[in-house]
Amino acid sequence: MKLLYFAWIRERIGIAEEEISPPVSVRTVTDLLDWLKQRGRGYEQALADLSIVRVAVNQDYAKLDHPVAPDDEVALFPPVTGG
Amino acid sequence: MIRIQQEDFDVGKELKGLVRGKHGIGGLCSFVGLVRDMADGERIGAMTLEHYPAMTEKAVEKIEADARARWPLKASLIIHRYGTLEPGDQIVLVITAAAHRQDAFEACHFLIDWLKTQAPFWKREETDSGPQWVAARDSDDRAAERWAQDRTDRDKVRG
Repeated sequence: MKLLYFAWIRERIGIAEEEISPPVSVRTVTDLLDWLKQRGRGYEQALADLSIVRVAVNQDYAKLDHPVAPDDEVALFPPVTGG
Repeated sequence: MIRIQQEDFDVGKELKGLVRGKHGIGGLCSFVGLVRDMADGERIGAMTLEHYPAMTEKAVEKIEADARARWPLKASLIIHRYGTLEPGDQIVLVITAAAHRQDAFEACHFLIDWLKTQAPFWKREETDSGPQWVAARDSDDRAAERWAQDRTDRDKVRG
């Protein structure tokens, strides 16, 4: 699974993207976020408040119960501030 | 039509280009977003717009398609820049063209409200006290939500 991080989430985690192989028990966005939070302090800090974390699966906005699969591209980012 | 680019744009040229040969257009409405020199009492030296290239095009195309499904537009153009910009620089251009002004005005307003809350861009401002990520505003969410109501209801409320 390819993970992409943007803005302050990228800064807190310390990398812009990575390839990961989460366990089979990771089936939804929520499962993925819970698993990521245990990967280190940067992840924990970046994902501490999920009300300000947005998720896209394969470049489309996804809710927390959205399924995730091994060949998905999952992006985590703060609420957008373009325009 | 959408363009996500680093380069600046020429509003006059874009307006003329969009209407060329389309004589059914009775009105054009445009919105240009600029970098301000102050934000929340802090002086802004520069601003960097980060984006998610693979998703940006998809999201902005969807926003444009939504507008064209709701209003009878003859043409539309969205240009959004990324990279490092300075106060006074242009960030975004929205142009809508329709036979009648109300459709052009409404679609343009809708597009900029939705771009602000849906397009995957993030602003980081360089201020005197260091760099900071711009926080999303609730007022932007409320502005976008207004359009979620049915158009007929909205028109009724407006009377």
